Amino acid sequence: MSDQHGAPSDHRLPERDRPWMMRTYAGHSTAKASNELYRKNLEKGQTGLSVAFDLPTQTGYDPDDELARGEVGKVGVPVSHRGDMATLMDGIPLGEMNTSMTINATAAWLLALYIVAAEEQGVAQERLQGTTQNDIIKEFLARGTYAFPPAPSMRLIADMIAYTVEHVPRWNPINICSYHLQEAGATPVQEIAYAMSNAIAVLDAARERLGERADELMGQVFGRISFFVNAGVRFVEEHAKLRAMGILWEELGRERYGVQDPRLLRFRYGVQVNSLGLTEAQPENNVQRIVLEALAVTIGRDARARAIQLPAWNEALGLPRPWDQQWSLRIQQVLAYETDILEYPDIFEGSKVMEGLVAELLEGARAEIAVVAEHGGAVEAVPYMKGALVDSHRERIRRIEAGEQIVVGQNRYTETEISPLTADAEGGILVVDHAVEAAQIEAVRRWRSTREEAAVDAALAELARVARAEDENLMPPTIAAARAGATTGEWSRTLREVFGSYRAPTGVGEASATPADDADGAGGPAAHELAELRAQVAALAERLGRRPKILVGKPGLDGHSNGAEQIAVRARDVGMDVVYEGIRLTPAQIAASALQEGVHVIGLSILSGSHRELIPAVIEALREAGVQAPVVVGGIIPEQDVAPLEQAGVAAVYTPKDFDLTRIMRDIVALVDEQSAVPASA
Amino acid sequence: MSLGAELGRRLRERDLGAAPPTLNLLESTTPADRAQAAALLGEVSPARLRGEAAGHIVGVTGPPGAGKSTLLSALLHAWRSRGRTVAMLAVDPSSRRSGGALLGDRARIEFDPADRGVFIRSTAAGERLGGLAWGTRAAAQALAAAFDVVVIETVGVGQAETEVAEVADTVVVVVQPGSGDVLQFLKSGIMEIPDLLVVTKADLGQIALSARRDLSAALRSLGRRSTQVLAVSSLPPPTGIDELRESLDERRRELGRDGARALTARRLRARRAGALTDFTVEHGQRGLRALGGRRAAEHWLAAQEPTLDEPALRALLEGRMASP
Repeated sequence: MSDQHGAPSDHRLPERDRPWMMRTYAGHSTAKASNELYRKNLEKGQTGLSVAFDLPTQTGYDPDDELARGEVGKVGVPVSHRGDMATLMDGIPLGEMNTSMTINATAAWLLALYIVAAEEQGVAQERLQGTTQNDIIKEFLARGTYAFPPAPSMRLIADMIAYTVEHVPRWNPINICSYHLQEAGATPVQEIAYAMSNAIAVLDAARERLGERADELMGQVFGRISFFVNAGVRFVEEHAKLRAMGILWEELGRERYGVQDPRLLRFRYGVQVNSLGLTEAQPENNVQRIVLEALAVTIGRDARARAIQLPAWNEALGLPRPWDQQWSLRIQQVLAYETDILEYPDIFEGSKVMEGLVAELLEGARAEIAVVAEHGGAVEAVPYMKGALVDSHRERIRRIEAGEQIVVGQNRYTETEISPLTADAEGGILVVDHAVEAAQIEAVRRWRSTREEAAVDAALAELARVARAEDENLMPPTIAAARAGATTGEWSRTLREVFGSYRAPTGVGEASATPADDADGAGGPAAHELAELRAQVAALAERLGRRPKILVGKPGLDGHSNGAEQIAVRARDVGMDVVYEGIRLTPAQIAASALQEGVHVIGLSILSGSHRELIPAVIEALREAGVQAPVVVGGIIPEQDVAPLEQAGVAAVYTPKDFDLTRIMRDIVALVDEQSAVPASA
Repeated sequence: MSLGAELGRRLRERDLGAAPPTLNLLESTTPADRAQAAALLGEVSPARLRGEAAGHIVGVTGPPGAGKSTLLSALLHAWRSRGRTVAMLAVDPSSRRSGGALLGDRARIEFDPADRGVFIRSTAAGERLGGLAWGTRAAAQALAAAFDVVVIETVGVGQAETEVAEVADTVVVVVQPGSGDVLQFLKSGIMEIPDLLVVTKADLGQIALSARRDLSAALRSLGRRSTQVLAVSSLPPPTGIDELRESLDERRRELGRDGARALTARRLRARRAGALTDFTVEHGQRGLRALGGRRAAEHWLAAQEPTLDEPALRALLEGRMASP
């Protein structure tokens, strides 16, 4: 890409810019099936890879672990050992490919497997290009696929940075993610501020890790940090956000880390546009939302994305099929090759509106960055930021419920013809074959039985030793373990034993009450309904002898807890006692909690597509424990799965189109009321 | 047999499966359930048990963020690995908003869901200042008949721990290094002196050490050499947890010496104070005046049969109010 402005005119580039890198976030079922998908996508004109791993791989469990049940191969590809990685990358020249991996807690491990797979192709690690997402703070804040406590997690990141800067110099060891913050409800100011605070925490940790070599290497480290951002449908403001981030990033590099080289100071980002705003109702409308969001990150040359992946129109319904993903890739290609956006210098230069928006965002973000710093930095401020995000998200939901924020097809213009897009038997989504899990369990057991056990034991023992010896880098023993044939679960277990395990703060305790609370119903129809419901709950409490009590939790490995958190907060706001259990629960844990806590109703949330296995398993565990309380389920549940869930004993199923939380609460209260009429056997 | 009496019998026989329905009953405020609750407590009264319930009631309190949940998680494992059964009553401080409450503490305590020797129940704090949840005190007394250890976890330092101190056999205050509050509270007498002080985050090294030294010095200056100060770290590798467990177990043995004289005195005081608290909540100052004032009521309670349970004592107070 040329930066020279020796152009024949001020308003045209001498030659058209090269397009950004085009990717599709893809992977499912098995390494072999995903490899076929990647090759097909590359043939279609995709220019980089973006690997989606399944949740067991992301959180460090093998397919045969109890916690992996129902999740194997669902939201991504399972990669358990170097054999899987070799299959996944088979026939793809790793020396030329640019591969982005959405992997965080286990990033060091997956990079090690990638390095070993390259070795087997005869490609040296120095030549590898790509990105490991590796942003653990946002996992604590928004996405939930963490594995270790904060301090050792930060050490793993710092070790990876220190290792790659010397040995895999073209690799981006970390992608600071503001993407998931927006998905969790962040406002643009919060998105900028928390991402920058997060970057500061990472850079500080890396500087410390480099020790005496920090002065020499810090510029290179800074230059290798890239961002992974989000873009919503308010695309003008979203574009301003990216310009503001570029300004703050350069400032940070100069002032805090003493970086001088302008090339190293450049704000580099990849993007996946917004999924939160995609609707289940009239899902075809998502196409135009995606197009506009893509425009936000491409339209202005000074803040254009380096790499883009677009979600598919049917993300709120379930997993996208290859055809759905192709449609999204074609959107990128039309933007890049048919429109004229790549022919001009920055089109917002001198725009009063753009400058004004940027100034506004900068001011807000600087203030919020200062607040996070006062909390002791991003790691220490996780509970604060989490609470602030839960609050913002709740405000967003309230505005949609109240009709203040219009979502076409959802809360306005809801009348619709029947969509031919969802008319097929599967409802227009990809259904992962349920036999995949059993086959993967079989496969990983076979792998373990055919490798040289002594070599694996020795490699893991060395890994544990280095983990305890805090001043050594974890990457070399991790790569050695990958070579020896250790599995994802074994690598993680070894580190869990040294580092301990961890549960992130839930944010719900920090969230404040619904603003309409104190208005005594003066805040519009939603507030009226809330007050009415609250009176109902109080009457019910009187009759029950104690407050109606609800257990809210997420079975399985899916860490997207935003929906569950909003349900928990709203249940509290209507006057219920809420036991919020958070993420990653086994059916047995949910049953034990429900029994011990004496809850009247249980709310489960699943977004990973594992509901068909996990929900019946939870109900079975509950009934075995003698808990009769009704179960309601929320999440991305395809229409055709609702009836089977109800047959399994689920009292009600809620999907993204049920955006009115107060209405959901009214159902739940009615459910408890009904049950209480039946004499309980204590 | 009535439901309450049946549950009481099961607890007496150390049937831990009786714990969930026991709590459902003791937390309820309907008149029918309260009659059953009285029957339940009657079944586990010292009169019925021929002595005090054998379990150790431990109150654990401290400011938010001091690391109580992590500590309790580790302590739970230490007890379980020695075969002790443990009930935890987590009283969440989240002030009730619109009547509802978010109880998130449970998620922070790790345990094997298949382990029947562990029972954890979360409740929202009561509306009274420093109050436990409705039913927590009764629950502690009832569960002490079945479990080896009953932990009541509350949050706060100062006012908030008074009711815990009333019901617990042993009070543990948990503090993190660098928080001056506890020292202040101790010195000013706002806080009753706990039986054990635990300084968490010992992995912080020097700061934790000096916090421990300051607390010990403060206790000495107050003439309390017997209060132990322990430093623990719950981060792997955990340190001090086993010492803490040993101190608590030793403390229970001590309370049980000489025919459990100390334990009986403490429990008796708890039951009498509890009965009077509940009576006052129900009947207010007018009720107290009918008994001739608080001092007179306390005096009168002290003369009643020592093996009576709380509801029985309260019934006596109410009878006396009706016909002094």
